[in-house]
Amino acid sequence: MTNCPVCGGAVEISDDPVEGELLECPECGSELEILGLDPIALGEAPTAEEDWGE
Amino acid sequence: MIRASIAGASGYAGGELLRLLLGHPEVEVAEITSERLAGKFAHGVHPNLRGATRLQFRGLDELSGCDVLFVCLPHGESSRRVEDFRRIAGRIVDLGADFRLRDPAAYERWYGGPHPCPGLLGRFVYGIPELNREALRGADLVACAGCNATAAILALKPLAAAGVVESAVIEVLVGSSEAGNRGTAASHHPERSGAARAFKPTGHRHLGEIAEALGVRELHFSATSIEMVRGVLATCHVFADRALEDRELWRIYRDAYAGEPFVRIVKGRSGIHRYPEPGILAGTNYCDVGFERDPETKRVVAMSALDNLTKGAAGQAVHAFNLMSGFRETAGLEFTGLHPI
Repeated sequence: MTNCPVCGGAVEISDDPVEGELLECPECGSELEILGLDPIALGEAPTAEEDWGE
Repeated sequence: MIRASIAGASGYAGGELLRLLLGHPEVEVAEITSERLAGKFAHGVHPNLRGATRLQFRGLDELSGCDVLFVCLPHGESSRRVEDFRRIAGRIVDLGADFRLRDPAAYERWYGGPHPCPGLLGRFVYGIPELNREALRGADLVACAGCNATAAILALKPLAAAGVVESAVIEVLVGSSEAGNRGTAASHHPERSGAARAFKPTGHRHLGEIAEALGVRELHFSATSIEMVRGVLATCHVFADRALEDRELWRIYRDAYAGEPFVRIVKGRSGIHRYPEPGILAGTNYCDVGFERDPETKRVVAMSALDNLTKGAAGQAVHAFNLMSGFRETAGLEFTGLHPI
């Protein structure tokens, strides 16, 4: 178990986490990525960036 | 089993309360009253209850003894009859506005005249469990909060308790069932259907309750009717004493509502339903709360949604009753709602 870097909510980590694995925070819905394993480090997963003509 | 009766069970709040109490594992509904429908079956006016009960309405003067009396009468009636009610029931849960305020001067200001029994104002416990859980345990007199007030208080309470609110502007969007089950010119279908109508931009009585419950010095409140039957959506513009970060707001709301069975924090970053919406809460006792900060200013938008007849009235009453009685808080209130609806 670790905490979401966005909202601080509890995020469950699987028994055999893999770097780059994607997770969703159950509280705020942020898509997260496992950035490091020892200790577990989470960051916001990059989203596909499109400019939508802006 | 607790023998419970409902004074004024023919209205929408009374009907919702009857629905909940009929499903409550610890309650036997003894009597229900309606002056207008005395002798008629409950399912005649609450068709969803056909087959659930054969209870018939009787007159208020025919009420006999019970363990707890729920009062859903028009404003002014419960304070006029409260001594009669106390003689027939050991405990009273009033869903009306008569005993919500503690301060007689505030009552006079908001209701336009002196309270008929001001000595009782401080005796009733204001019935929002998230505010007054301990006081409700073992209480014998409870006054449930107004529906809009409940929504506004639950949205703002965490920020008010954290001491960060300098002022707040509360806007509620409300459904037609708030106006009760008696027709008026304003509720006539061609006039009401599709309306988005400011009906109380200032001076709404619920502001008195909200101010008393939150203790915030500067509060403003406006109510607008929209095309909806059940539901309240409160959008509260909070002007904070400093710029607040997301993590701090999450902590404030989590600290306030951790373990609360009927308050859920809804602030999603994905999906369709990212903030509270009343639609999915119909018939449930949930109040969903959410928030968003304005990164450019010190404004925080605190939001809440609930069903005015359930969490805003009958469900709140049952929740309070469960606390008064030492029952499981969620007894009779487990319905999780419908989606889509």
